Amino acid sequence: MVNKVYTNFDEAVADIPDGASIAIESWGFAATAQNLIAALRRRDVKDLTLITHNFIPSFYTEEEALLPVALLPQLKKLLAGVVGIPQFGAGLFIKEYVDKGLEVELTSHGILASRLYAGAAGLGGIYTPVGIGTVIEQGKEKRVIDGKDYLFEKPIRPDYAFIVAHKADKMGNLVYLGTFRADQPIMAMAARITIVEAEEIVEAGNIDPEHIVTPGIFVDRIVEIPEGGYGTAQKRKKLVYKFGEMEILRKMLFG
Amino acid sequence: MKQKLDRNTIAMRAAKELKDGDYANLGRGLPSLCALYVPYGVVFQSENGILGYGPLVMEEDIEGAELHRVDAGGRFLTPAPGMSFFDIITSFTMISSGRFITVLGAFEVSERGDLANWNAGTDTLGGTIGGGMDLAVGAKRVITAMEHTTKEGKPKIVRECTYPLTARKCVNLIITDLAVIDVTLKGLLLREVAPGWTVKEVQALTEPKLIVAEDIKEIEL
Repeated sequence: MVNKVYTNFDEAVADIPDGASIAIESWGFAATAQNLIAALRRRDVKDLTLITHNFIPSFYTEEEALLPVALLPQLKKLLAGVVGIPQFGAGLFIKEYVDKGLEVELTSHGILASRLYAGAAGLGGIYTPVGIGTVIEQGKEKRVIDGKDYLFEKPIRPDYAFIVAHKADKMGNLVYLGTFRADQPIMAMAARITIVEAEEIVEAGNIDPEHIVTPGIFVDRIVEIPEGGYGTAQKRKKLVYKFGEMEILRKMLFG
Repeated sequence: MKQKLDRNTIAMRAAKELKDGDYANLGRGLPSLCALYVPYGVVFQSENGILGYGPLVMEEDIEGAELHRVDAGGRFLTPAPGMSFFDIITSFTMISSGRFITVLGAFEVSERGDLANWNAGTDTLGGTIGGGMDLAVGAKRVITAMEHTTKEGKPKIVRECTYPLTARKCVNLIITDLAVIDVTLKGLLLREVAPGWTVKEVQALTEPKLIVAEDIKEIEL
């Protein structure tokens, strides 16, 4: 059996070249493959394209959590549905990088999902009614189908996907935790190489086949999150408590 | 000065549009308050991949919150019987296949039902698109819950939106602190006015000409 299990995160991201495109899940806070982000930051790769649904500033220290925003200095292009937090000036927090040449493509969450699906499915793109009459349609082909306006959007086929799973077996079959599932199944399917960090790696056969969400065919590399690594149950709990402690987070969530 | 409805009362009126068996997705801010006032049996979705969740976790209950049980805004959710998790493709298929009623906030709504609710400035980065455009286009019914005017007293119900659009001709019903207005093919139909307000006063704060319903009445909760 091909060994998909890597012993450390550095090894798992060692071949990512300058200019690579990477898809990373990012719903909520820290629903992200943080250990892989940390490993990529330790490497001197640049000009990356990041594909992520939500690119938000972090309210945590780097010891507590690493969000995709940690990769900001290494990016050439950002493709996202949400950049920043609306109550806090939205995407203006990356203005400095945009002025220095960072390209930002803002789209809708649904379009981003469909484009990833088109990439995974080998389709040439999608025609979507979303975005008609908005900033999204600028420069794009439009087409009337059965009397309704549609916008053409190209497929997305990321070079890599960083996935965080609750559990993986050694064949790469994955289950996720709650709303951490979100983009991860489609990103795993769309990417050329899918790298997973899992809270636990078990022998094949130890996950009920009825429960597997992402079949192992979509997974190339798996690393187990070590004790003290990002995203363990303990660390997640600490991040939750931080909401109670920080005024800015309290306001955002509890009004 | 005459009283306008407060935010919670707007949300109560909007919640009246939802009934047992409806599936709904609520926007950020004012619309999210509707969850407090809907009848039992309304099922809520959040587009990051959760359906049928319970109430939001309140600040004093933070001990029970889980980072992996959040809505699209990152707010913690409580579990409820029948709740499900799913991926983003499934989630946005729920939205695009017209299964939801959505309540959204708005900076502006035009007389044709165009919606502008994601960016109130000139810089694209000054707002977030998120799932709002998908909801506005995909939902079977789009309700906006909003203040009737800006803080400066300028109408938010306008002939043409001046802010960047979320979607064209998507709004079905406008609920504000002064009125309930149907968006019809003939124009905006004023159905209800806030207690103590006259049609004339509401019209004065609304840019397009309102058609007044024959059975116009006071907003009831």
